[in-house]
Amino acid sequence: MNTTEIKNREEAEVIAAEHAHHAELNTFGFWIYLMSDLVIFSVLFATFVVLGKNYAGGPGPKELFHLPYLFIETMFLLLSSVTFGFSMVAMHEHNKKAVITGLIITGLLGLGFIGMELYEFYELIAAGHGPDKSGFLSAFFTLVATHGAHVSFGLLWLIVMIIQLVKQGLSDGVRSRLVRLSLFWHFLDIVWVGVFTFIYLMGMV
Amino acid sequence: MFGKLKFTDIPTDPLILSVVAGMILGGVAVVAALTYFKKWGYLWKEWLTTVDHKKIGIMYIIFAMVMLLRGFADGIMMRTQQALAIGSQQGFMDAHHFDQIFSAHGTIMIIFVAMPFLFGLMNLVIPQQIGARDVAFPVLNNISFWFTAAGGAIMMISLMIGEFSNTGWTGLAPLFEKEYNPGVGVDYWLWAFQIAGIGTTLAGINFFVTIIKMRAPGMNLMKMPIFTWASLTSNVLIIISFPVITAALLLLTMDRYLGMHIFTNDLGGNMMLWNNLFWMWGHPEVYIVVLPAFGVFSEVVPTFSRKRLFGYKTMVYAVAVIMFLSFIVWLHHFFTMANHPNVNIFFGITTMMIAIPTGVKVYNWLFTMYRGSITFTTPMYWTLGFLTLFVLGGMTGVLMAIPPADFMVHNSLFLIAHFHNVLIPGALFGYLAGFSYWFPKAFGFRLNETWGKLSFWGWAVGFTLTFMPLYIAGFMGMPRRLASLSNPEWAPYMYVAVVGALIIGFGIFAMLVQLFLSVKDRKKNMDVTGDAWGDGRTLDWSTASPAADYNFAIIPEVKEIDDFARMKKDGTAYQRPQKYYPIVMPKNKPYGAIIGGLSIAFGFAMVWHIWWLAIGSLIGIIATVIYFGFDDDNEYVIPAEEVKRIEDERFDAIEAFRAQHTINEKEVKK
Repeated sequence: MNTTEIKNREEAEVIAAEHAHHAELNTFGFWIYLMSDLVIFSVLFATFVVLGKNYAGGPGPKELFHLPYLFIETMFLLLSSVTFGFSMVAMHEHNKKAVITGLIITGLLGLGFIGMELYEFYELIAAGHGPDKSGFLSAFFTLVATHGAHVSFGLLWLIVMIIQLVKQGLSDGVRSRLVRLSLFWHFLDIVWVGVFTFIYLMGMV
Repeated sequence: MFGKLKFTDIPTDPLILSVVAGMILGGVAVVAALTYFKKWGYLWKEWLTTVDHKKIGIMYIIFAMVMLLRGFADGIMMRTQQALAIGSQQGFMDAHHFDQIFSAHGTIMIIFVAMPFLFGLMNLVIPQQIGARDVAFPVLNNISFWFTAAGGAIMMISLMIGEFSNTGWTGLAPLFEKEYNPGVGVDYWLWAFQIAGIGTTLAGINFFVTIIKMRAPGMNLMKMPIFTWASLTSNVLIIISFPVITAALLLLTMDRYLGMHIFTNDLGGNMMLWNNLFWMWGHPEVYIVVLPAFGVFSEVVPTFSRKRLFGYKTMVYAVAVIMFLSFIVWLHHFFTMANHPNVNIFFGITTMMIAIPTGVKVYNWLFTMYRGSITFTTPMYWTLGFLTLFVLGGMTGVLMAIPPADFMVHNSLFLIAHFHNVLIPGALFGYLAGFSYWFPKAFGFRLNETWGKLSFWGWAVGFTLTFMPLYIAGFMGMPRRLASLSNPEWAPYMYVAVVGALIIGFGIFAMLVQLFLSVKDRKKNMDVTGDAWGDGRTLDWSTASPAADYNFAIIPEVKEIDDFARMKKDGTAYQRPQKYYPIVMPKNKPYGAIIGGLSIAFGFAMVWHIWWLAIGSLIGIIATVIYFGFDDDNEYVIPAEEVKRIEDERFDAIEAFRAQHTINEKEVKK
């Protein structure tokens, strides 16, 4: 081996070590970000607990929410988490096509969730139960819409990832970003379980 | 087209106009100078887009110092007004203007002085203290800086166009609602605060990951320098508490922009919710700004006492306990607002408990100095001033932790005196100690000692004269935030306080003179070895001053607490490594500057309801982030020969300096 070869090999080793270290940092850092995001949701949940019974003479959850509709909406999101799981399994099997298919189905399910949520908002507002009508509705709209905005950003990110998959394949960078997106997606699922339980189910009690 | 914005929104008050004219002239002068000396490219390539933590740290600190001048100007105006507007006199400004000034003063000092200053110090020091070459996310670091700077820019724009909030830096439900405050003032406060806060959360995550994951081999948590420990706890507080204020401000945004009823007093809103949310962030925030300052003192005292820190472990436990307790004391900010007595008692006791770990720290610093061989440098002056004055502030805090006592002095000047007494000696003195302590690390030369000490005396004497009278006036029943005084008995205290503020002004002036003289005489105060004070104990003193881009040519293997002190003792310090390796470093990126610029546009547009600009700039920010996601060209390699060249140059300089030194010493002995 001549000196330039040694030099090139050394550089390649340093770069590889650096990339491995960064992939680990990225995942850990993203976890921490998710935890701080969870604090935002906690505050919104707490706000809902404080304001949730302040109907200001208007209707409460029993008059406004339709559980069967919400059950289907919830199923869209929960199923999308499962399909994202399939995508990740495919990623570990280096099956790019299956990853993309899984992501597209996940995206469609997410889109269905967002569509149903927007329609629920539309119906409430059209019936005169907008967020400006009572403390309860303000807290409800803020919490659910913040979750919805997160899912929408997740969808945007998902589209970006599909484009990257097509362009770059399962490169290290793409894999690392997919891991983080999947964390984000499952995280939103868990938050939604909280929303469904605390706002919708307990509102019916 | 321009939302609510009209030409008449530009203030016509001669006082404001003259300040605005000064700012515009200053801005034009800077732009002209940059153009004339053709420095735009240099500024953009080397500074604005940099991912080097040392340069980002310097930018944070410059930003904090500029904002300190603005915050101080607000402060001295308040003191002057209260000294003039007594009895039938109305002073030089009306109540609405006065309200804006105290709101701006608090917001600036906490969000745009304390926060950037502490992140400046963390940026400068932490990677070098833990033996790392950069932070975990270098580009994010640059973006965080720009979010903070964008918030500061929105703050400054509020002075030129429109008005600022009149509801205090803490906000006041329901006064800040649209119904009572239809103008743009509250919106300026809201967006400046929100945008800067997002930057802080991102920076907090970045430094938390850096400290947890990037330490040199061998440096386990209990071998970390105390400044790093204090910063770690401070970053934990940031990660948990800043999202609370982000959410609270989001809720207020909903109220003000969509007519919701979260903090209103009608239709089911809850005003107390604001107090709780604000202080759930606000109290940890106090410790966010003060813990890193405690960290600085814990570095300064051992260095200038030539001893290791007394009670390292207790120091670590003390910061950790303070971190934990700071989350369960927030209610003491509103003991008087109709809580159940048992709730007040709980929060009163937790508040008093914070005095215990703080006391541990004070004794640790004192015992470190005990029988040490102390050098009275400028950083040591700040530390001693802190120890003396801060203890007093802590005691008035314990006094107010007793709910019945708090009922007597709540929202009086006593409270104002108390929190200035903890924040100025506690936080600011710490940052200024850190500033003069690590200045040589950042620039390669020490600061002028005479003017540094004069600055200290200006601050210490000025602080005492300003705030001790406020304690007394508070006891006499003078409420905070008065635009004019009805009771002439308070007048003498206001006169003394304004003299004190002028002396603080001298302290700031001395800081500027110090900087000017130090740059002028830099050749005399060069730090060749990198160990600027000769007694540095932590790894940050083992790098060059200023450190090379990569900080450490070879990542050190840490064996002990204060590992650099050990190396010097073992004789393993300053040794040329046998072999150099190539080093991977992050590339500069423009995303921070772009996102920062777009954030200013977004905040301004939201304040003035210019919806097209708000939507456009938001899309711009998202597009920038997506583009960043596609950018895989993130690093460059410094070849081993280049590292060797840089390091050889340093070692040669050190050896020449040493040789010169021994000759001098021999001559002295003769």
